[in-house]
Amino acid sequence: MEIHDIVIVGGGPAGMAAAVVAYDAGCSDVVILDREPRLGGILMQCIHNGFGLHKLGKELTGPEYADVYARQIEKRGIRIYTETMVTSVSPDKVVTAQSRSGILKIQAKAVILAMGCRERSRGALNICGARPAGIYSAGTAQKLVNCMGFQVGKRVVILGSGDIGLIMARRMSYEGAIVEAVCEVMPYSGGLTRNIVQCLDDFGIPLYLSTTVVQIHGDKRLEGVTIAQVDAQRKPIESTKRYIPCDTLLLSVGLIPENELTRAAGIPIDPITNGAIVDESCQTMLPGIFACGNVLQVHDLVDYVSAEAERAGIGAVRYINSFGSGNLGIETKAGNGVRYVLPQKIRNVSENVELFLRVTRPFSQVKFTVSDETKVLTSVKRLKAAPGEMEKITLKPEMLRDITGPITVNLEVL
Amino acid sequence: MIYDVLIIGAGVTGGMLARELSKYELNVCILEKENDVAMGASRANSGIIHGGYDPVPGTLKAKLNTEGVELLFAAAAELNVPHRRNGSMVCAFGTEEEHALLESLFQRGLENKTPGLQLLSGDEARKLEPNLSPLVSKVLYVPNAGIVGPYELTIAAVGNAMDNGVSLMRNFEVIRISHEDGIFTVISSSGGQVQGTYLVNCAGGYADRIAQMVGDGFYSITPRAGEYMLLDKAEGERVRHTLFQCPTKEGKGILVTPTTHGNLLVGPTATRVDTPESRDTTPEGLAQVESLAAKSVPSVNFRQVITSFTGVRATGSTGDFVLEASKTVPGFIHAGAIESPGLTCCVSIAKYLLEILADAGLVLNGKKNWNGTRADFYAFANMNDTEKDAFIRHNPDYGKIVCRCEMVSEGEILAAIRTNPPALDMDAVKRRTRSGMGRCQGGFCGPYVMELISRELGIPMENVTKSGGKSEMLVGRIGEV
Amino acid sequence: MKKILTCIICPKGCTLAAEITDGKVSVSGHSCPKGAEYAENEVLHPMRTVTATIRVANRENTMVSVKTESTVAKDRMMSVMAALRDTVVNAPIAIGQVLLENVEGSAIVATKQID
Repeated sequence: MEIHDIVIVGGGPAGMAAAVVAYDAGCSDVVILDREPRLGGILMQCIHNGFGLHKLGKELTGPEYADVYARQIEKRGIRIYTETMVTSVSPDKVVTAQSRSGILKIQAKAVILAMGCRERSRGALNICGARPAGIYSAGTAQKLVNCMGFQVGKRVVILGSGDIGLIMARRMSYEGAIVEAVCEVMPYSGGLTRNIVQCLDDFGIPLYLSTTVVQIHGDKRLEGVTIAQVDAQRKPIESTKRYIPCDTLLLSVGLIPENELTRAAGIPIDPITNGAIVDESCQTMLPGIFACGNVLQVHDLVDYVSAEAERAGIGAVRYINSFGSGNLGIETKAGNGVRYVLPQKIRNVSENVELFLRVTRPFSQVKFTVSDETKVLTSVKRLKAAPGEMEKITLKPEMLRDITGPITVNLEVL
Repeated sequence: MIYDVLIIGAGVTGGMLARELSKYELNVCILEKENDVAMGASRANSGIIHGGYDPVPGTLKAKLNTEGVELLFAAAAELNVPHRRNGSMVCAFGTEEEHALLESLFQRGLENKTPGLQLLSGDEARKLEPNLSPLVSKVLYVPNAGIVGPYELTIAAVGNAMDNGVSLMRNFEVIRISHEDGIFTVISSSGGQVQGTYLVNCAGGYADRIAQMVGDGFYSITPRAGEYMLLDKAEGERVRHTLFQCPTKEGKGILVTPTTHGNLLVGPTATRVDTPESRDTTPEGLAQVESLAAKSVPSVNFRQVITSFTGVRATGSTGDFVLEASKTVPGFIHAGAIESPGLTCCVSIAKYLLEILADAGLVLNGKKNWNGTRADFYAFANMNDTEKDAFIRHNPDYGKIVCRCEMVSEGEILAAIRTNPPALDMDAVKRRTRSGMGRCQGGFCGPYVMELISRELGIPMENVTKSGGKSEMLVGRIGEV
Repeated sequence: MKKILTCIICPKGCTLAAEITDGKVSVSGHSCPKGAEYAENEVLHPMRTVTATIRVANRENTMVSVKTESTVAKDRMMSVMAALRDTVVNAPIAIGQVLLENVEGSAIVATKQID
């Protein structure tokens, strides 16, 4: 069995940023395990631009953003195992992985989980009809088109207005496909506004809100879909049913943190984020195991993934140097209008703590109030808030003095 | 070449018959209209090995069910097909009619010689099955019942038959049969032609049409669709037994059962449909499955559904299996209307058909070197880390995980493409290896599996299909569309 | 003439109003100078960065991702795509390598390394 200080599961943006920051914080014995032949994770198929504005101060494509970190890893000589799939992480931090050279076991002092997320599949939606070819999750289509050079269809309907779906609407249009419609079951889009402008409006692709696909047609290859508007309970309205001929249906209906290893290790999961319950250093409820990036919570910007991973990287180094063991005294809670708050627990109140949260639906002119049982800690105003865009509130140490009870974030419309 | 026996249909009935015939010095060929085996009722059903209490005593169903249970368990073991004797329960929910029905099923079971049957109170049953609804008042407990992977069994049976010399012709949709001078000539929709001395009709939902082609269509088949939902392994331990509700005329009711791979399966509905090809799921059907499954086990978490599907059962007009030599066409053997408990009976049916064929004059000379076993597809998956490590060092392809949800390696996928009956499309690989069957439903592994199929079969990526025919996955190469 | 736009400079997505009078644009609703500049350009001569791929001839099933080094006119995007479709390149390719010198006024550069 190999022994290493920090083992990072996943070499995407989260894993790479955590590795670099941990190394720079004085821990040179970091290893990254990744199942692909190269570092970069899902960024390698996200060839569009828009990455790095916050974190790197310039607008890059996904592979370029990944390259920035991959070079830093290389410069530091951080050890990478590629084409190596982690099959289990034990509570005592033995990481088991599998590759063409056999089974690898590593005893780690700290583990950082950075496995990312997967797309919700058609099965989970229970759309009625048969199961013909031509139904892809948007990310699968993205891989086939962008990395492997195959066109998945000529006439396309996209269900779900998540960012990958919007990006693929443009990508398919670039390659000569006709995108008939993007249907979104919610009354608002789940994607970034600028993606709606650049990916749909530029190409004249209609976005139908409160609309879903109710039936799949075709036995061998998809022949068409029936779409319908939905009522407030998201039930399809019979009279609005409409048939659209198409050979391809792309699904962009949500991302799910890929937490099978986490669950198997017995790490408690937050039912709202579908990621581990963590403290402000991204430490899970199993000491020495950290989680960051999309495996912890689905982010809308990779910049935030990198920032979160840096907190995990620092947290892991501190844990090894036994700094990170304060009690988990403070809990955080989502109040009115707030879907979740992360971290769910706060351990260290001597430094700034960043709270990340998502709202339950789109709002404009709002105030977020952070309070404990007796007092308001801070409040911030926003012109707009939408479920697709993560909010951040920073709590300073002076705000975190003498906390009584859980810290709740409430949204108030002004 | 004139085959000794032609079998129409590579479902579990045809497959098991082929395997049985492969023990003898015979030239046997299976004709299958699809691109893979197990594409009809054997593809999508409950996978239950029924105890034998249900069929009306004196019927073929009753006789072959009682004989078939242990024969099937033995065959599944020989063929290394996942199976488990988990026992089943038929549940009553407080009404007198249902209690009386359980009593009569119990008596019927005794008559059919179903071993080990017991009537349990609700509380006794809940001790064995803690998540059973508190409303369950009485249970018929069937300890000899079990579960088996239905399409895996079919694939293994056909594969083992092929290993022992049987031929398989795919994409051979029979449209015409002639019978002259004791020889059947069978014509396919694409103009193919095969000849044989005996012709066994195992065409499932199409058995009545095939029988009509030879002029002996004395029974009809009514396709009945059953919708199912498959749940994630997170729900797989919700129940240990297969849980039935009291049967109705339409079928055995909605069941809740673990699968051999640790998922939870709920269903089926029973809806008359126009064609055995029906694959559609409906909102009404799935809602019915959900509410009735929750009646047996209220704690099932339906947010864990990973896929839903429809299977079609071939219900015959006679009420029993149709297993007999044609009275009008010598050499033509009926094996139709194989609805539930057809899967349970597949080996006993095959042996019964063998007797019919022998009675009709087929000469059975045993082969010396027949091998009834088949390599275990899940051998690698079931190894511990030390065994896996040693195995990978000799077979590096097994080190590369392709499907991460079900942990399927490249080695296992290559084996599926190289082993009888070779997988030729995406769904075929999925049925053999479970790649793409997990929670992401092929989102990550799909493109890589396409590449493996393309490479192994020597076909361009654009020709890789989901399920044969016109089900191409891709429409072309970027820049060339 | 007044045009309502959604700013795409950053993920914030401000709603901008651009009023054109005598060929001059006055912008409101922006929260940074880049937003005002965007609105002006967007109504007068909209520009886009195109991100796409070029086939790598000597690697199986492999594309190299590329982008226009500078923005190109929005109505010329499909002309850029046509040029990319007509091009094949050979690996190895370095990130940032210029693959086409001038397409619609911009160079085409690789955004991924292909070994």
